[in-house]
Formats: sequence, structure tokens, C-alpha cells
Amino acid sequence: MTNAPSTPAPAFPHRHLLGIEGLTPLQILYLLDKADEEVLVSRQIEKKKSVLRGRTQINLFFEASTRTQSSFEIAGKRLGADVMNMSVASSSVKKGETLIDTAATLNAMRPDILVVRHHAAGAVHLLARKVSCSVINAGDGAHEHPTQALLDALTIRRHKGAIEGLTVAICGDIVHSRVARSNILLLNALGARVKLVGPSTLLPSGADRLGVETFTEMKKGLEGADIVMMLRLQRERMNGSFVPSVREYFHYWGLDAEKLAYAAPGALVMHPGPMNRGVEIDPEVADGPQSLISEQVEMGVAVRMAVLETLAEHLPTA
Amino acid sequence: MPPMTPQAPIAGGHDRRAADHRPTVFSHARIVDPARGLDAVGSVIVAEGRILAAGPEVLNQGSPEGWEVVDATGKVIVPGLVDMRVFMGEPGHEHRETFASVSRAAAAGGVTTIVTMPDTDPVIDDPALVDFVLRRAREQADVRVHPMAALTKGQEGKETTEFGLLKEAGAVAFTDARRSVASSLVMRRALTYARDFRALIVHHVEDPSLAGAGVATEGEFATRMGLPGIPREAESIMLERDMRLVDLTRGRYHASQLSTAQSVEILRIAKARGLDVTASVSIAHLSLNELDIGTYRSFLKFSPPLRHEDDRQAMIEAVADGIVDVIVSSHDPQDVETKRHPFAEAADGAIGLETLLSASLRLVHDGRLSWSRLVEALSLRPAERLGLTAGRLSPGSPADLAVIDPEMPWLLDRQALASRSKNTPFEDARFTGRVVRTLVGGRTVHALDA
Repeated sequence: MTNAPSTPAPAFPHRHLLGIEGLTPLQILYLLDKADEEVLVSRQIEKKKSVLRGRTQINLFFEASTRTQSSFEIAGKRLGADVMNMSVASSSVKKGETLIDTAATLNAMRPDILVVRHHAAGAVHLLARKVSCSVINAGDGAHEHPTQALLDALTIRRHKGAIEGLTVAICGDIVHSRVARSNILLLNALGARVKLVGPSTLLPSGADRLGVETFTEMKKGLEGADIVMMLRLQRERMNGSFVPSVREYFHYWGLDAEKLAYAAPGALVMHPGPMNRGVEIDPEVADGPQSLISEQVEMGVAVRMAVLETLAEHLPTA
Repeated sequence: MPPMTPQAPIAGGHDRRAADHRPTVFSHARIVDPARGLDAVGSVIVAEGRILAAGPEVLNQGSPEGWEVVDATGKVIVPGLVDMRVFMGEPGHEHRETFASVSRAAAAGGVTTIVTMPDTDPVIDDPALVDFVLRRAREQADVRVHPMAALTKGQEGKETTEFGLLKEAGAVAFTDARRSVASSLVMRRALTYARDFRALIVHHVEDPSLAGAGVATEGEFATRMGLPGIPREAESIMLERDMRLVDLTRGRYHASQLSTAQSVEILRIAKARGLDVTASVSIAHLSLNELDIGTYRSFLKFSPPLRHEDDRQAMIEAVADGIVDVIVSSHDPQDVETKRHPFAEAADGAIGLETLLSASLRLVHDGRLSWSRLVEALSLRPAERLGLTAGRLSPGSPADLAVIDPEMPWLLDRQALASRSKNTPFEDARFTGRVVRTLVGGRTVHALDA
């Protein structure tokens, strides 16, 4: 560039990571590039960096989670932070007040980074306005789960070289999925073609306005897909409310070898976990040669390290 | 005559219906085939289970040797009736009706395809039970049988059934039979999910909380008789709700029985807006009004209840102009155990397969319906709505047909009915016009002794 500003704008100008929404393609790529470097750190014998030494990271989970919480914990520890986990059983009374009270209490402990998961959409945004540290959204209701979308993108990119030009089918319970929403935003931003596949009862209304195509048949939905991303179907949605039964769901929308054959040759299979084997995915496919499911977990740590390190660059140093 | 080409087996066809070997010619009959807009005198040739030709151009220049030739002068030949609302006793209440007995009743009434309701014991809400119904029908019935499966598990109105697997097993539509789905959420999801399988939702429209314990149409008659009433709005509100949900979901919907002028207006508006909705009316609601209940005759207790004469007239108009698509028998076998009770405590329903056509013909004789429209409502439209090949006399169609003597007078003798249950609302009624012969897949399954 000929007219470069005298003080270059930071590559990632945000204090929080609340969602994929609001990130530019370049900012997403910046995080992915950084995550590629973090993968190397995790693969060393000595997995420790010191960029977060002296910093306090609190993982505040209002909703139970094993893998996301431990992934953030490991990521923080590898960067040298002091990590504390707080699981808050959601109180049935006055949730709004509880959330804000909790935020005020935690803020008084002067953490540097808060990682927050909450069952209500928008709760993390509300909390971010009430604290003075950086906030990372680890999942808010059916709204966003940005680090999941980033780790999915990282996994895809490491196999396919780029996101642009790929066809990605996201299948299953779209309507309740924050993973789907964040992935739609990210994949669209980086130029992939996104197809949503599921029974009409699990496809969100207005989906056609999100820049995606929707399908109710796996055969048409998977056609030409380079990536098949399966979503978890919650148990309470299986028996007659959204779909009539597990066997019918698996018959029409469960990913088995036969349905995977509709996708592009060598299509890769992903799942954010935890899987319901025999519900949305056949164990044979989940553990098969086209599956990237274990690799997604590894990339999860790398992406979270990249996000933590990037946000730390904007923390006050004095 | 061109050589017959082998054809694919007829859907719903089965062993007991192996075609008669000899081709049959019905000559000089009035042929009413609304699928081709045909109402003319001509001949019908049946061979190898199918219609070879039917129409005025089929000349009667003598037939090849060995053919059966039937002089059908003065008779009317129509595609066999398709009755999309037949309640069954089997499984669970075989003393009321079996596949064998319902088949005889249907054949006697010119009905060649029956669509069975799932509210048996057990409720037909599992693919294995659809298999059972089809197997029993194959073994026991001469007419074609297509089951509807339950819309919700156990017909409890809570959880939708496996529309995909049930449809693959052979269910032609989904209904909770005589129950309404009270929950708008459940109905919305059912309509939405059904869309993925092009499945048809068939619904009994009556708001259960508003109908309450009512047993007759609210108004002067119910008041004089001291019977708890049901306002017409119980039907209108549920139908109106359903039309909104169809609009929301773009589902496929059929109202199983409409009975009021208000309902006709609601349906007319929904159709004008392009919704994929259709409706039936039962022959009872076209033939009878609340006054026919007389002194608490429990055989005239129906759900929905018989209406005021104005509503009956509106329903006839609605059938004539095609707003209401289909006429059903709502054949509902009940025995003395369920019917010999005080009116309010007796079961709903009446048998109707054997009287469906004769009772409908009253509307033709009175000049209210054309033959063409009648046959459309009794045969073509229900077949089309359910995706069946029946309801047509075009060459190559399955040879399912009824030969009718339109002027034959007869008196209904309850004990002579083929149904195992005798709860007819037309006891000792006089009719003009009767089915004299019924063919299913080219095979004669009913012939009236001359």
C-alpha cells in the first residue's frame, strides 16, 4: 500500500470476542494464522508460553460443558495464565439480576479475561457491558459460539488449503444450534457455499435470508459438499416434539456411509461433539477415514490459545 | 383389437383380486367419468383387470368369441367409489367389523377403495401395524384398503408419529380420526414435518374445550330436548386455526368432516388464498338434520352433531360448487353395547358404506348435483387427494367400477346389511337407485340378485 497510515491499525482491534458477527474476513484469517502457530506449540514437549503470565482468566460457565471448558482451561494454562473455573448453577429466580450481580462480583476480583457460557442468547453481551476486562463468548443460547466456528474453519483450512470456494453442508438441528449460526457467518465471510440440511421442524424460519440454501433431503443437501458438518440432536427433541423418533431421524437424516456417498468424493466429516452415535451419525462414519472429529478437538485448543493471546495484546499493560 | 401389453401391478391390488380371465363388455351404458369430463352413452371393456376402453366411441359391433357381453342399457357406470373415512373394528373390536365384513359392505355399496381410520385397538401408529392392516386386508378383503395412520402417538395429541416410515409402509394420510389436536404447537409441527414427506394431514375440526360435553347442535332443538349443546363455533374456531397454521407452514391439509355454513366460508377463503386445503362432508350431514334425531334416536348421534337445515343446505351447495371436495360415508360400526344408551351417553357414529351412493343419489334426483360432480366427490377427488390411481375409467386404469341402476326403488332392511354392525341412520328408508354390480380389478365382487 502506498498510503499506509503512520500508526498501522491493529490487525485485531476488538477487546472482546462475542461472536463471528462483526469480524472482517481479514480479522478471521488473522486468528486462523495465529492458531496455526499455536498448533505447533501444543505439539511440542514443552507446551508452555508466557504471554499470559500474571494474568487471571476466569471460565464462567452457567451451562454445563466438559469439552469447551477444559479446552479453554488448557489454552489459558499453556499461555501461562492463572485459570479459574466457575460453574454457576442457573438459579431459577431473577436470572437477569443474578447475572449482573455475578458480573459485578467477578469484576471486583480484577480478572483479565472472562470466558462465558450462558443458556440465554445475549447474556454474554450483557455481561461484557458490565465488566472492565476482555470477554470471550463460549456459547450463548442458540446465538453464537465463535471459537467453535473458528476451530472448524482452522480444521477445514488445514485440509483443503482455503475456505473460499468450498461447499459446506451443515446438517441436523439447525434451529437450536449456536454452532450453526457462527459457522454460517464465518463460512459466508470467507466465501464458502453453505447448505443447511434437516427436517423442516429443525430448520430456522427466515434461513433463506442468511445467505444459505436449505434442503430437507440429505441426498440433495449433501450433493457436491466438500465438508459435511453434523450437529447434535438434543435428547428432549427426539421423541415426537421436533422429530418423531430416533429411528426415523437416523433413517432420513443420520449420516451413514450411504448418505455420505451423496457428497463430493473424499468429503470430510465434522461434528462439534458430543456425538449421539446412531442418532445423527453412524459410528462407522464418525470413526472412519473421512472423519475430522478428533482433529477438531485439537484445533479447539489452538484456536482458543490464539484468541486469548490476541485479546491479551489489547489488555492494559500498566 | 391391439394386443394387451403387460402392465405394472396395480397399487393396492392383491391375491384375492386376480382378474377374471374373460374380457367383459358393458354395452349401452351411461358412462360418467369426470377425470375425462365424460358423461355419455357407450361401452366399457374390461380385460386383465384393467379398463381397456370406456366411452361412446367404443362401438358395439359384436365381440370376439368368449367375451362376456353385458347389456347395460339404462344403467350408469362410474369409477368405483373411494371412501376416505371408514372406521374399523379390526384389530380390537372384531365383533363390530372385520376386513371381510367391511369389504362386503363396501362392495355392496359400489365402494371399491376404502381408507381406514387408525383409531383401532391398538392405534395404528407404528409401521408394523400398517403392515398388519395391509396384510389382513390382502387376505380378507375384496376391495382395496388403504390405511391412514395416527397423526400423534396413541392419538394423544402430543407427539407426532413417524410420517416418513409410516408412509413408506403404506399409510396414505395422517389423522387422529375422531379426535382434534387441541395443541396449536403440535399441529404446527405436524404440518411442518409432514411437508418433508408430502404427507397429508387429515383433521377432525372441533375445539374440544368449547364442545365440552355437548352432544347436539346448540339451539332450539337441543334446548327443547334438554341435550347439552355444541356451538357451531367449535368447528369454525378449529378450522380457522388450522387454516392459519397451514398458511404458516405451507402444509397439506384435509378437514375430515365439515358441517356448517360458517365452515364453508372459512374454507372458501382459504382456497381463494391458494392454500393446499380440501375437505369432506359426510353423507349423514348432507342427508339429515337435527330434527331427524326425533325421540333421542342414538343411531343419529354424530360428531360433529347433525345441524340445522340451513347448514345442511349450505353443505349441499358447497359440494355442488366444489368448495367441499369429497363426500364420505364416515362408516362407523357400533353395537348395542355402545349405542343402546340414553342419547347423551351413546357412542357417536353410524354405518354408511352400503347407503353412501343411494343416499347421495337423492341429491342428483332432486337436481342439486350433477352426476359428474357426484362421481367426482365420491371417487375422483378423494383418489386424487390421496395420490391413488383409482377414480378413473380411462384406458389402462384399474377396472374398479360400479354399475348403477339409477331408477331402482328399494327399501332399506337393516338386517340385510352386510356390515357386522347395524347402526344405520336410514332404517326403513326408501331410496331410488342402487348399485347392481361392483368390480375391483376386473373381478366382480358384488352382484345384486335380479
